Amino acid sequence: MELKKLSLALLLVGTTAAAQAATTIRYDCWPNHDKTAVDKIDDFYAANPDIKVEVLSNNWVDHHNKLTTALATGDGAGDLVCIDVEKIGAIVNQGGFTDLTSAFGADKDAEKFVDFAFAQGKGTDGNVYALPLNIGPGVMYYRREHMQDLGFKPEEVTKDWDALIDWGVELKKKGVPLVGHAGSIAQTIINTEVEEGNSIYFDADDKPIVTSERFVKAFTYAQKARELGLDGRFGDWSSEWFEGLKQGSFAIQFSGAWLAGFLESWIAPDTAGKWGVEGLPAGFYGSWGGTFLAIPAQSENKEAAYKLAQWLTQDRDIVLYEFDTNAAFPALRATFDAPMFDEEMAFLGGQQARLLWKDIAENIPSVKPSKADNIARAIILEQALPSVVEEGKDVKVALAEAEKLIVRRMRNL
Amino acid sequence: MSRSPSLGAIANVKNPQRKQRRSFNQISAKLAPYGFLTPFIVLFFVFSVFGFVFSLYLSFHQWNPVAGMASMRFVGFENYTFSLGEPDFYKSLYNTIWLGLASGLSQHLVAIPMAYLLVSLGSKFRHFMTSAFFLPFITSTVAVSLIFVNMYSANVGIINKAIVALVNLPVINWFMDWVNAFMPLRWLEDRTLIKPAIAILQFWKFVGFHLVIYISGILTLSKEVEEAAILDGANWRQRFWHVALPHLRPFIFFGVTLTIIGSLQMFEEPFIITNGTGGIGNSGLTISMFLYKVAWEWLDMGWASAMSWLLFLIIAAVTAVQFFVFGKKGLGEH
Repeated sequence: MELKKLSLALLLVGTTAAAQAATTIRYDCWPNHDKTAVDKIDDFYAANPDIKVEVLSNNWVDHHNKLTTALATGDGAGDLVCIDVEKIGAIVNQGGFTDLTSAFGADKDAEKFVDFAFAQGKGTDGNVYALPLNIGPGVMYYRREHMQDLGFKPEEVTKDWDALIDWGVELKKKGVPLVGHAGSIAQTIINTEVEEGNSIYFDADDKPIVTSERFVKAFTYAQKARELGLDGRFGDWSSEWFEGLKQGSFAIQFSGAWLAGFLESWIAPDTAGKWGVEGLPAGFYGSWGGTFLAIPAQSENKEAAYKLAQWLTQDRDIVLYEFDTNAAFPALRATFDAPMFDEEMAFLGGQQARLLWKDIAENIPSVKPSKADNIARAIILEQALPSVVEEGKDVKVALAEAEKLIVRRMRNL
Repeated sequence: MSRSPSLGAIANVKNPQRKQRRSFNQISAKLAPYGFLTPFIVLFFVFSVFGFVFSLYLSFHQWNPVAGMASMRFVGFENYTFSLGEPDFYKSLYNTIWLGLASGLSQHLVAIPMAYLLVSLGSKFRHFMTSAFFLPFITSTVAVSLIFVNMYSANVGIINKAIVALVNLPVINWFMDWVNAFMPLRWLEDRTLIKPAIAILQFWKFVGFHLVIYISGILTLSKEVEEAAILDGANWRQRFWHVALPHLRPFIFFGVTLTIIGSLQMFEEPFIITNGTGGIGNSGLTISMFLYKVAWEWLDMGWASAMSWLLFLIIAAVTAVQFFVFGKKGLGEH
């Protein structure tokens, strides 16, 4: 009896000690990219019994604001944090994150990921600061009733931008706008036709290149589409845009692979079979959105955080679970041979769309984020482009003014 | 009336222990209020005074928050001069003043006569109408703004549908048919319409608040004065102009002061209506939105702080002008 009591006490002490030895880390993200870490965490615990994970989820805007505050004060950030690709240039290059190349030799994992995504996680010093969690290979979604049913062929109308505009003119005769907003044409050209060595808005020396041929071409096509009356004049995520996606009241939408999941799950679930996907016009490749994982320098549990980052980004089953449940396209090459990639997608009219996305992901050129991307994006897409499309301002004048503003506002970077 | 020393006091002189206890009690009694005030004082200093002083300090520094505290660098008045040379600073200031005048003035011009009318109509009707007008004020700004975004939608929004239905009514159509040529109105995508769209939302949300203030003010007007005016033969309009309105002067002063401060700090409604962008050509960008963008999107805290202090100076100056114009009469003094 005494022996039994003694064993029980020893077991209790042992359990308590083990519990105390466990390292607790916090994972900060936003819905729904926090979901996998919640649903499948037992798999992680099975391989890492000494680590306990707490998940803190905030909406996209609050998450990034909270992260900025925590980096400013040097306290309060999670041990592992999600960062949207839109924010990565401005945040990662300012020194608040752990250099994963020096600390963990993250460079050796480069081959595991598609090239462009791994390059996006690098700082200006060439070291890795963030690992890609998911990417958004860019495609052109189209409604079949405005394409095949009218005798058009996707590969022909996407031959180049002029062919797309010509198709838009034909659609207009039938009362169907080509796109929701003409600005999306410019945005696609700006983001996908980046010259080698440049970032989207800057050259290798961080000088703005917004008056270059690419921007002139992008703005000119957008202005032309508006002048010809080829757009519905409503922006993405507006109520008319949602309604248009449900009703098929406009023909195409440029977006990432994730949009198919959004359409199927909540935006327009009743439109199954009515959609098709095609590569972007003129044969260019690009990405819409993406999420990265980084470890703030202030974290005291960097090793545990890196293990969680590796599990979330490099465990094949986990990455596929995220793809399957959350429509987040993987950056991990090891997932590309999964049977689901060969499946025909009923929602997209039986297309093997995942194979197309995979091909695009492998071919997207590496474009490094720049630390002034935020400033340039706001000036180009929120000011200069609307002034050209909505008000008919001269393209070159608008871009020259935009360049001046960018130079002025990036004074501290 | 003088008081003789109490027996207790005499006993205290004889009993030093009791005296000590009494002096301790006296000290405790003096300190107690501060003890009760401590939570407020601590919170006030942490959340108000510190933020106030730190933003002033920041306005003289260049600081990217993501780079940490160590990256802060003193730049003197550079952030202020930079703000004064920034075209969008003036544009956002103009937008803010435009919106403040359009929505603020209309709120008061409607609320004052309506308050008088509701008081004249009796308490039952007044209570119902006041509650109805006050409801938008206590409704979530974010929820309301999102609903307005849908209402302003060019093709599926209820506002455009209502305008089309109205102008196509049989008789109205004879002289309003020309409106159809301008439909659909692109409230949120047209530079000239976005400010009125925001002002209408502001008006709808805040007119009830001022209505309550003015109804309270009119109810403090004594019955005798009102009856005397009636006996003197003053009609409804004269009683409004010459009795109620002068009486409301301190209430108007209070309401206008709140409108000035609130309008110059306008943020949530334009932010949601323009999806955080400021609208086409930044025509819906208010100064609070601009400094938010500078601070949190472009990560230039020093510049944003300098602009927030310039905004503070503008609010102080406008309020001072208002004090000057209304003078003591505005405060109800003669």
